[in-house]
Amino acid sequence: MTLTDTPTAMSRLGRLVVDRPLLPLIGLLILLVALLAILNPGVLSMFWVSNTLKIAIPLAMLAACQTLTMLTGGIDLSVGTAATIAAYLTATLAPLIGVPPAIAVAIASALVIGLVNGFGIAICRVHPLIMTLGTALIATGCLLVYQRYVIATGVLIPDFLLWLGTGRTWGLPNSLALFIPFAILVIWAQRRSGFGRLLYAIGANEAAARLSGVRVWQVHLTLYTLSSLIAGVTGLLYLGQIKTASLSLALPLDLPSVAAAVIGGTSIFGGRGGYGGTIVGALILTVLTSMLTLMQIPEGGRRILFGLIILAVTALFIRLTERS
Amino acid sequence: MPDVPSDAVLDATGVAKRFGAVQALKNASLQVKAGQVVALMGANGAGKSTFVKILTGVLKPDSGHVKIKGRDSTVANPAGARRWGLVPVYQEPSLIPDLSVLDNLRLGDTPVDPFRHWVSELGLPDIDPEALIRSLPLASLRIVDLARALAIEPDVLLLDELTAALPTDLVDRVLKTVRAQADAGRSVIYVSHRFNEIAAICDRATVLRDGLTVGDVAIEPGIEERIVEMMLGGAVAAAVSEDRPAKTVPTTTPRLRVKGLKTGTRLTDVSFDLHKGEVLGVVALEGQGQDELFDVLAGNRKASAGTVEVDGTPKTFHHPADAIAAGLTLVPGDRAHALLMSRSVRENIAVPLLARIKNWGAIRMGEEAAKVGQAIETLQIDTRAQGEVRRLSGGNQQKVTIARWIAKGVQTLLLFDPTRGIDIRTKRQIYGLVRDLADEGAAVLFYTSELAEIRLACDRAVVIFNGRVVDVIDAKDADESTLMRAAYGLTERAPA
Repeated sequence: MTLTDTPTAMSRLGRLVVDRPLLPLIGLLILLVALLAILNPGVLSMFWVSNTLKIAIPLAMLAACQTLTMLTGGIDLSVGTAATIAAYLTATLAPLIGVPPAIAVAIASALVIGLVNGFGIAICRVHPLIMTLGTALIATGCLLVYQRYVIATGVLIPDFLLWLGTGRTWGLPNSLALFIPFAILVIWAQRRSGFGRLLYAIGANEAAARLSGVRVWQVHLTLYTLSSLIAGVTGLLYLGQIKTASLSLALPLDLPSVAAAVIGGTSIFGGRGGYGGTIVGALILTVLTSMLTLMQIPEGGRRILFGLIILAVTALFIRLTERS
Repeated sequence: MPDVPSDAVLDATGVAKRFGAVQALKNASLQVKAGQVVALMGANGAGKSTFVKILTGVLKPDSGHVKIKGRDSTVANPAGARRWGLVPVYQEPSLIPDLSVLDNLRLGDTPVDPFRHWVSELGLPDIDPEALIRSLPLASLRIVDLARALAIEPDVLLLDELTAALPTDLVDRVLKTVRAQADAGRSVIYVSHRFNEIAAICDRATVLRDGLTVGDVAIEPGIEERIVEMMLGGAVAAAVSEDRPAKTVPTTTPRLRVKGLKTGTRLTDVSFDLHKGEVLGVVALEGQGQDELFDVLAGNRKASAGTVEVDGTPKTFHHPADAIAAGLTLVPGDRAHALLMSRSVRENIAVPLLARIKNWGAIRMGEEAAKVGQAIETLQIDTRAQGEVRRLSGGNQQKVTIARWIAKGVQTLLLFDPTRGIDIRTKRQIYGLVRDLADEGAAVLFYTSELAEIRLACDRAVVIFNGRVVDVIDAKDADESTLMRAAYGLTERAPA
């Protein structure tokens, strides 16, 4: 508690992690890139940078959903499903009803998932983990039904999504045109908007927020709807990047999106963290994956290493922040 | 101590206990002979609950000893205390809610037939042994808990505020049964605030003040006054006289009018008026319904009966936001319930400014900084560690909880024991602030567990006992002994 404890190296580093959480994360990212360059000389290039960014962006966008919900002490495990549904509906409905209506239906479906989550969590007080997992299962079931009975024609991936997902301008991925404004908006909102502040307030002490006049259910309902909206938009971007309509398109991103937020310093218990760290966390995960792939470790070993590294980084981070 | 019996069944002497910087018990003692009911009394903060925890083996004393039938039992744990022959029954029944009555008995190795006997003796003959504890009302649980303790046939029975919120017919049965235990040769320690019950069944009373046993007296008619004097000690002489001109109670519509408010089992019938520019003190022993009163007024709990009027308009609060919209803002007793410990001073103070949907958009940072800055200045908050409220001292944390409502603009401030556990300088700042707020036209309801504060900060005080207002006292008459007598329900005056 006291500020006059003799500062050890660990506690000083810990204080740094608390006060400027981005610095050690960026340091870790640079370290990983350097390690990659040493292990695979010549791999670093503009193309590699561009490719890494391209892969990291959908992950970072889904991780925004985790960051925002985790700030309140929640989580959203339906983001992969919401993204997949949005992508699948867009690709299969576009040939039938045209691109703008298809996208409208896709985004509306994502919003329905968010509203159901929000209703369950805000009004019925179901735990977010259970609620979003349940919604994800139900929504996946609906998608299977849809696929069996509705689909007739082929798929059409709108041109502008292909441009956004795979195109490059001056060597950089076009998806930055979506991501940079998005990231600025999220970081601005968490610091400078009333809604953002309330996310921290609810995560830090829900009872205190309530006593201060916050109707917590309103915040939860808005939050989970917003989370699914972000997931839906990410699904469209991911469709343009992967270029196939699959029933499990974005599902593999669910857990990495949680990992990116956690590595980025957002507490799963709420009240601490922010999107800046999450973006670096998503980049760290992407570089790590790229490194393990380049080292030609077989799939099994790669996954084991990946899991171990996530655990180690998170444990270190928690250890450091708790000491200060 | 007069006539310390050598044949005491329970003999506690020289018991001391320190928690960090606080010396909760300095030198407490208690002797109970066979066939006696001894009352254990003390005002708020006298060390009574610490002493009870040591007697029952929950806490280990720093020094002193507790002997039961001559055997040292200080090192014991709660199970040990029972083995030595002491069984406690607390205000909150210690029964497992998801098990049936019978399973709870089995868990404690309690013989069932004696239990049945005692349950019917205590007035609940048709209780279903298979019923889940959680399905039973609180009054029945107390009876079950007491019957369980009686079935064990303990040498010493420790009853802690047993009759609080029990219906009158059950109280009579319980008192009779307790007295019968003593008459059959057992010993009872009776922790209570209620003089009428103590007069009815106790032989002696042991009085604690500031962690010391200050008296051990036989119960006889008129002993109440002496016990109150003992609980007050030198405080009467030292009463601070900081007299303000007496306020004339205005005849206009009160800011807050409470009529017949009732909720739960503790708050039964409270009425009072609070005017603009007035600081109204609330005096009550622990658990007399004051917690529930503040919760209802802050919109944190619903009233089951009664009305709340703000500026003459009846109001019903479904959520704290409704109370805040009506200008009623609460500073809760426990700072941990009010603060975002991991967030900054500024974010803590600004929460109410952002609570409503129309304020969810862009924060006007300049305006917010001005409001927060002004509140910080008004309360003189030390902002050296403002990055995280958890790093602030207790006094500064308390100031932050008040600053929140200063920044929002105070109309009616509900302060629940705002000076508990903070230093004297900060306390004085808070009294000054409360007076200033009232002078600027705010209305303040001020519950305090320190009786001396009524004179320092309030214009009038309502005294609540057993969920009812039993007295209204002007600050000039509110010396500690008057307040203490009233808080123990010893005044003749009818409520206003």
